Amino acid sequence: MASSEEDGTNGGASEAGDEKEPSGRRRRLGLAATAWLTFYNIAMTAGWLVLAIAMVRFYMEKGTHRGLYKSIQKTLKFFQTVALIEIVHCIIGIVPTSVLVTGVQVSSRIFMVWLITHSIKPIQNEESVVLFLVSWTVTEITRYSFYTFSLLDHLPYFVKWARYNFFIILYPVGVAGELLTIYAALPYVKKSGMFSIRLPNKYNVSFDYYYFLLITMASYIPLFPQLYFHMLRQRRKVLHGEVIVEKDD
Amino acid sequence: MKHYEVEILDAKTREKLCFLDKVEPQATIAEIKNLFTKTHPQWYPARQSLRLDPKGKSLKDEDVLQKLPVGTTATLYFRDLGAQISWVTVFLTEYAGPLFIYLLFYFRVPFIYGHKYDFTSSRHTVVHLACICHSFHYVKRLLETLFVHRFSHGTMPLRNIFKNCTYYWGFAAWMAYYINHPLYTPPTYGAQQIKLALAIFVICQLGNFSIHMALRDLRPAGSKTRKIPYPTKNPFTWLFLLVSCPNYTYEVGSWIGFAIMTQCLPVALFSLVGFTQMTIWAKGKHRSYLKEFRDYPPLRMPIIPFLL
Repeated sequence: MASSEEDGTNGGASEAGDEKEPSGRRRRLGLAATAWLTFYNIAMTAGWLVLAIAMVRFYMEKGTHRGLYKSIQKTLKFFQTVALIEIVHCIIGIVPTSVLVTGVQVSSRIFMVWLITHSIKPIQNEESVVLFLVSWTVTEITRYSFYTFSLLDHLPYFVKWARYNFFIILYPVGVAGELLTIYAALPYVKKSGMFSIRLPNKYNVSFDYYYFLLITMASYIPLFPQLYFHMLRQRRKVLHGEVIVEKDD
Repeated sequence: MKHYEVEILDAKTREKLCFLDKVEPQATIAEIKNLFTKTHPQWYPARQSLRLDPKGKSLKDEDVLQKLPVGTTATLYFRDLGAQISWVTVFLTEYAGPLFIYLLFYFRVPFIYGHKYDFTSSRHTVVHLACICHSFHYVKRLLETLFVHRFSHGTMPLRNIFKNCTYYWGFAAWMAYYINHPLYTPPTYGAQQIKLALAIFVICQLGNFSIHMALRDLRPAGSKTRKIPYPTKNPFTWLFLLVSCPNYTYEVGSWIGFAIMTQCLPVALFSLVGFTQMTIWAKGKHRSYLKEFRDYPPLRMPIIPFLL
């Protein structure tokens, strides 16, 4: 996006990631906002717990991951899609995270669920799907319970510890699962030509979903390290009280 | 005449960076920046932000030392704005790109479309018309940058040139690819649609140019004064009665015209993105006008008459 004509000086600070103040001071929230957020985070914690239990039960009963996605897909779609509300939370300011960051994070989840696993049925039984489902589930349970306890001003250390340590393993595992799943989907996308528009057409535009997926996979390369290192910095600040002076803001 | 002493501290670390003694009371911030550069040559004046408060606003180059709320030993805080690049350089680069890139597609240079199409020409008149319009638009922008615009700021952060060029060059390539494609489909309503759209484009280009000239005449050469713009004898400037930034209004109009003329979705998307950005700028400019001028005409909206 072209920079401002009106303001030649440095544009607004871009947020590299998460909450500005992890577990320390919180902005003054109204009663309604606090009540709503507490309810929301409890509900989401419960939802992902249900998902986790359903996955464990399926595996214990069937002994295989085949059919696991199909059995939990409705619950997954519901709770992951509802997370779109979190963007609204940022817009109205009851959550101090950047709209852009939350938007990107939620969108990438929506993309995986609806545009990959839901739409490309042949890959639903891939092992890589289980990989990212497990990663997402543990991450979300930790994250939402962290938010819940923070709102109730009663954060057990082990929840804080989990929030800032689990990601070290879960992030790369989740990314691996997502990338492998997209990779597995490529041949089906190419063969079916799904979600694609070819020339000639009235509006003189084209879109090739296959190439779009390749570009998406490539975009993980610059994006993932940034998010990962941001979380590592947050971790050092929160768990070890390190004062980190940002390079520029 | 009493001289001032100026100490410059780093705004973040509070480290003492420079001590200037025997500074004239009428010295400007610009002159102080030049003195500071002598001791720290890597921080040329354009990348210095000096302020009275570490978290406060930057002082202007024209501010005079003795008029500031400081004692005879003034403490200024320094912030590095990062590598800077001149506005003129950025504008010329970001506009020259689309001009050149579009022509690559128009002439169907090899490796873009299939080899049997290399250096062939479209059989649709509208494709040639579109090339003329697009090229004219960017030539106009280049000439305005060189001869018309009077910039308030000299420089902007270096990273902006990469952002801006990606935006302009990327969209230019994307639009040009489809308009000049061998499988391009001309507008549904044919010559009627093309003529109407061309008229819109031309009118808006003339309008946009008229506003640029009017704004230029508001500000004498070399100055940075700001005045309320008013309609002149030129009918295109009468849009000032209704909006603060008619240059943006006309610019959006030009691209809408171009989108209708080519009936190309990427052009429409480019228009939409541009409109969003220009609306943000227009609202900012409108707010500045309202803050600075008590008697600002109340009927005016930022960019769209009566609406936005």
